[in-house]
Amino acid sequence: MSDAMTGLNRLDGGLIDRSAELNFRFDGKSLEGYGGDTLASALLANGVRLMGRSFKYHRPRGVLSAGAEEPNAIVALREGAFTEPNTRATTAELFDGLVARSQNRWPSLAFDAMAVNDIMSDFLTAGFYYKTFMWPAKFWEKIYEPIIRHAAGLGALSGMSDPDCYDKGFLHCDLLIIGAGPAGLAAALTAGRSGARVIIADEDFLPGGRLNAETIAVGDAAGAEWAAQVAAELASMPNVRLMTRTTVIGAFDHGIYGAVERVTDHLATAPDGTARQVLWRIYSKRSILCAGSIERPIAFANNDRPGIMQAGALRAYANRWAVAAASEVAVFTNNDDGHRTASDLAAKGVKVTAIIDTRADAPDHGDAEVLAGACVTDSRGRLGLSKIKVRSADGSQRWIKCGALGVSGGWNPNVHLTCHQRGRPVWNEAIAAFVPGAVGPVGLSSAGAASGMFSTAAALTGGAVAAVNALGEIGIKAKAMAMPEAEDAPVSITAFWHVTGKGRAWLDQQNDVTVKDVKLAHQENFQSVEHLKRYTTLGMATDQGKTSNIAGLAVMAEIAGKTIPEVGTTIYRPPYTPTAIGAFGGRSRDETFRPVRLTPSHKWASEQGAVFVEVGMWMRAQWFPQAGETEWRQSVDREVLATRRSVGVCDVTTLGKIDVQGADAATFLNRIYCNGFAKLPVGKTRYGLMLREDGIVMDDGTTARLGETQFVMTTTTANAVGVFRHMEFARQCLWPDLDVQIISTTEAWAQFAVAGPNSRKVLEKIVDPAFDISNDAFPFMACGEITVCGGLRARLFRISFSGELAYEIAVPTRYGDALIRRLMEAGEEFDITPYGMEALGVMRIEKGHAAGNELNGTTTALNLGLGRMVSKTKDSIGSILSEREGLTRDDALIQVGFKPVDPNDPVVAGSHLMNIDDPANAAHDQGYITSAAYSPCLESSIGIGFLENGATRKGEIIRAMNPVEGSEIMVEVVSAHFVDPEGERLRA
Amino acid sequence: MIIHHPLLGPRDSAEFTYLGDANLIDRPDWQDKKAADKFYEYQYLRNNPAGEHQELWYHEAGDRSWLVVTRNTVTHEITKVELARDVARARGRSK
Amino acid sequence: MRVTGKNSGRYSGLRVIKEALTGHRGWKPAWRDPEPQKEYDIIIVGGGGHGLATAHYLASKFNITSVAVIEKGWIGGGNVGRNTTIIRSNYLLDGNEPFYEFSLKLWEGLEQDVNYNAMVSQRGILNLIHTDGQRDAYRRRGNAMLLNGADAELLSAEQVRAECPFLNFDNNRFPIKGGLAQRRGGTVRHDAVAWGYARSADSFGVDIIQNCEATGFRIKNGKCSGVETSKGFIGAKKVGVAVAGNSGKVMSMAGMRLPIESHVLQAFVSEGLKPIIPGVVTFGAGHFYVSQSDKGGLVFGGDIDGYNSYAQRGNLPVVEDVCEGGMALMPMIGRARLLRMWGGIMDMSMDGSPIIDKTGIEGLYFNGGWCYGGFKATPGSGWVFAHLLANDEPHQTATELRFDRFQRGYMIDEKGSGAQPNLH
Repeated sequence: MSDAMTGLNRLDGGLIDRSAELNFRFDGKSLEGYGGDTLASALLANGVRLMGRSFKYHRPRGVLSAGAEEPNAIVALREGAFTEPNTRATTAELFDGLVARSQNRWPSLAFDAMAVNDIMSDFLTAGFYYKTFMWPAKFWEKIYEPIIRHAAGLGALSGMSDPDCYDKGFLHCDLLIIGAGPAGLAAALTAGRSGARVIIADEDFLPGGRLNAETIAVGDAAGAEWAAQVAAELASMPNVRLMTRTTVIGAFDHGIYGAVERVTDHLATAPDGTARQVLWRIYSKRSILCAGSIERPIAFANNDRPGIMQAGALRAYANRWAVAAASEVAVFTNNDDGHRTASDLAAKGVKVTAIIDTRADAPDHGDAEVLAGACVTDSRGRLGLSKIKVRSADGSQRWIKCGALGVSGGWNPNVHLTCHQRGRPVWNEAIAAFVPGAVGPVGLSSAGAASGMFSTAAALTGGAVAAVNALGEIGIKAKAMAMPEAEDAPVSITAFWHVTGKGRAWLDQQNDVTVKDVKLAHQENFQSVEHLKRYTTLGMATDQGKTSNIAGLAVMAEIAGKTIPEVGTTIYRPPYTPTAIGAFGGRSRDETFRPVRLTPSHKWASEQGAVFVEVGMWMRAQWFPQAGETEWRQSVDREVLATRRSVGVCDVTTLGKIDVQGADAATFLNRIYCNGFAKLPVGKTRYGLMLREDGIVMDDGTTARLGETQFVMTTTTANAVGVFRHMEFARQCLWPDLDVQIISTTEAWAQFAVAGPNSRKVLEKIVDPAFDISNDAFPFMACGEITVCGGLRARLFRISFSGELAYEIAVPTRYGDALIRRLMEAGEEFDITPYGMEALGVMRIEKGHAAGNELNGTTTALNLGLGRMVSKTKDSIGSILSEREGLTRDDALIQVGFKPVDPNDPVVAGSHLMNIDDPANAAHDQGYITSAAYSPCLESSIGIGFLENGATRKGEIIRAMNPVEGSEIMVEVVSAHFVDPEGERLRA
Repeated sequence: MIIHHPLLGPRDSAEFTYLGDANLIDRPDWQDKKAADKFYEYQYLRNNPAGEHQELWYHEAGDRSWLVVTRNTVTHEITKVELARDVARARGRSK
Repeated sequence: MRVTGKNSGRYSGLRVIKEALTGHRGWKPAWRDPEPQKEYDIIIVGGGGHGLATAHYLASKFNITSVAVIEKGWIGGGNVGRNTTIIRSNYLLDGNEPFYEFSLKLWEGLEQDVNYNAMVSQRGILNLIHTDGQRDAYRRRGNAMLLNGADAELLSAEQVRAECPFLNFDNNRFPIKGGLAQRRGGTVRHDAVAWGYARSADSFGVDIIQNCEATGFRIKNGKCSGVETSKGFIGAKKVGVAVAGNSGKVMSMAGMRLPIESHVLQAFVSEGLKPIIPGVVTFGAGHFYVSQSDKGGLVFGGDIDGYNSYAQRGNLPVVEDVCEGGMALMPMIGRARLLRMWGGIMDMSMDGSPIIDKTGIEGLYFNGGWCYGGFKATPGSGWVFAHLLANDEPHQTATELRFDRFQRGYMIDEKGSGAQPNLH
């Protein structure tokens, strides 16, 4: 019996390991528990009943349950960056050194100043905030809301990066069994012995479910012993995976379940590299829900004091954890199950002061005084229960002393997962509870208490039968074994939801929703169960109403004169219990959020000290700073000038490369591009413009014809994947009989642009002598397959993004690093300069080439000044819809260039264009600047962009407005081709 | 979701990229007298049924097949999966 | 002047105190549950935010009170009942921005207008920038907002860090390079919007008829004369449809195919936490946005699942994608727990922008195509739709939100992703 001297409430027996003494702290106080304890059981064992405060009224709260449904005993676990707010003490396994703190109280748990809300509760009824705080309007953000926000919330995040790591995994099975209580274990044993691939998952660290909490025998063994034996057998089967500490959180489409395994939460520190939790995606052919049931409280005045708990929880603490919540206990029940608590506790020597049973025909097992037809009407005890007020069948009232009260209003099957796909549970009058409906996730059945079969015998048999049936559906024969004998008591319950009376009777203990609030909601016509929930916040707390929803809607049914099934339930949504966001994120966080793609010259560029920039998944060299350069512009200007004066080299591997082959390859490309490709000669490259079917530009690039039946297309870096998908669509869905095959070779070829007047001279040094790349033999837009460096196969394209004499040379990717080093060597005499994304961008703006900023998904060929490229004499994707009125307007936005009137003014991309005499507002918007750069060649800032009717406005001075940064400049409309407008250099 | 690829068996839908209504196979004839109207309807109007829906999925992280999946938009039940190329041919598309 | 609260009495702090002292006996139903009349001037199909707002503005601003809102379930049970509560007007294009700014201005006076505290909280919205190209695009957008009379600020990385020190600045795969802020953006208590409009409309005499499903339109010679419902035929001079994700289903009863697909969007809320995120933050390099509710929950979301669906629920890949974005952006939330996930049906249009327009059928009007952005539009949508229903002319901020823009080539495509709804 309890140790009065130390306040320890330990009983004999239980499933705890008394050899493992564990020290822990709660609110700074050092306490001791045993292996196998939860934080809640250890606190109760130490005589701690007060564990938290409620959300709204800050009422003192103790533990209500012994499981995942806990609404009250919510604490912050661990410290610093490891702080884990809102942790249920009932499921937190005790470990040595555990530190826990109560939440949402100030200055202390025992004295909480915010409890003043409780005194004000008449003013703070359901939805009161919708009716006030409206005047003056400005006060909301400044006064009212900060006060409300400060008062609201439960625990606090540390604000620091989560130091743990998480993982994800994938599992496949014939049969997933959710819950390892008697039904689940029987199902798993049946299925396991059949040879089927079985996964059985339970949120607890100890398989057995209620068998661990009861004194029920299974066959010759105690229930817990039987569970342990079965678990051991399952663990020994190679075809069975028994997963403890694993919550199946959601039922998704086609037999896929999400489950979270808490791998290290029960350890003081996680071993290095071990994930704290693993999110499993379980692919099952069939599944059985054996998730048991949750006992529901009965609402009565002041039914929320620490010490008042589920009768089954009181029993679980005594039987499993050898803890008496108090030295004197009472029971309040409307069904036979409550009497079990009295029997079990009495057998353990705990004094049971009374059994209050709402039923007139209550049984009497002689464990304590039975008050039949009676109810509890009130309670007392400031920070913990000291006595209850009881109204007897004859109407007389009296106070009964007790430090704990076990309440049983019946049990609700855990139907949640059967409803995750919008199925609705059905009401079963015999047990006064909802049971799984006929329409649930495909392949999911239920057994045991989850299906409304509450006896141990029914759970065992039901689990075995469900396994046989489920496996039978997928062609696996399993034998229904004879199950050991166990209690098979019928359910005897008379529905009883709340005790009528004047005081506040709690339904949702965490959110402080009382019977009165439900009445008010009804009075104000928030009668639909969804309105009720949203107006009163019933069931919206961290427990999602697991112990409150059904009682709440029963009260609503009673007031509205409806039946409970007529009122219906709210929608059950995943996850079954709150789940760490980190677990869903897995390893995809920080630098490993998304994969990194490196170019073939990345290593070399790193050696040169390149600054890299994210381009989609790629990392590309942005510029190559050299000694003495203190600002990025110095590097970029140098790279541009060196390229234009002599020669530069840039890794352009990231551009998409698509190999197109087949007898109909030319026909195919002719339809993919809006301009003609059918007549492109072999050995030539052409710029192609690709439209979406809606006539908007999708992408552009050059495509080279390497042979009669072979083309190599390039796409922009950003659209490489989308263009390829689009072409596969066209090939397979639109023209399935065209003889054409495509494959992405982006990763197969390392490609470098070699640009500048000396580029040919550099290349001549590495291209094998058999290949003539003189201007005559290999003119602008030529292409060919060649060899370099003494026999290495390569592709050479004479194309230019920079506007200079330029080539792109490609070699198999594994030679990319070698090639860049050879090119640098060969180019040394010409001061060859590597250039990065910035210089590339400057040079393309100087040439007026469109890129991502211009190809923004809303621009047409007309906008780009390429309207005439859209052939009207052939079928190509997008040509028809590109002719729509809105896309062919006379005053269309046309791409032009801009130079600042004052050369010192920077042109800013994103500026809007206005006529000088017009008012500056959206109605007079003339267009916008898409890209801007400082041109070291022109020694001026320049820009390109879209201007209404731009083609006819060269020489006009207009305003480039950038009010968001408070700047405005005058710009002259010019040709977008700032450098070498006639294109002489690239043909040189 | 799981899509039973006709060539590769059951695959997680995460391997696929979704496009939309399989009617996108039925691209109109560019030389039709009413091509403008037909292309508008083809490109923009949808039956958007609450129930059985034939739709295009692309096995982007797989074998690059376009599939026509018959799926119920209310229950997500998939009742048929075909190669889009076969469907396109059956609908009279060729070169 | 009409005053909201005729039926349920005016709400005020004093009234709350008075009722508290008198046992709350004086609170009346926030709206009545009338039986449908034979005929109305206007029937609104859809008792969601937009439908109820339309009724409120028809009655309060256009003096049309012979109005019924019919709702197949309970009011506010669709997207206004489950969303991520964000309001903003940070749009780029001229077809959109004036409308959303009009809507944002209505939010700013909503509570006083309807006498209901919807907790309009202008805590600001911040769109993060991760690339130079993104900065150019956001600069263009910010300028468009200012030129349209809205507010916008372009922030440097340092400014973002000062305001949101909890963001991942030090080891982010996609470094934060700045942000576009709209200070007047924020969040609203979403359910209260539906209830506030309903209570106000009701007080003007609008009949809100719950559990009344539209089963057909009575259309003769190209003219609509009423709605067949589960409670019988109800006549109307005009019928306005505002049913969001069910647009395709409902308009097919009038023989119309729409430039709309229905998709599922999931959203998420964490357990209640003490205040830690000041406003709305959107990740520019992943699918994630987040705010914190007054109650303390982190409310977050990301991309749509991507396939046509009427199921109001989604699947794991997107859940993971969104949480990955969250962990990349603010890894402090790893130890917060996801409490609930839900899915709603989005009426995804072909250019990502809505349609508020007459149909080819006389007397039948349509409001839809809101994609996942309908909540912020609620007041504007209601007013503009009421304007159209009352005057047969589009409101000045909604002249481009027309059906024929697709056929004529005047798409309003903010994202530039073309006629593929799941990309908007």
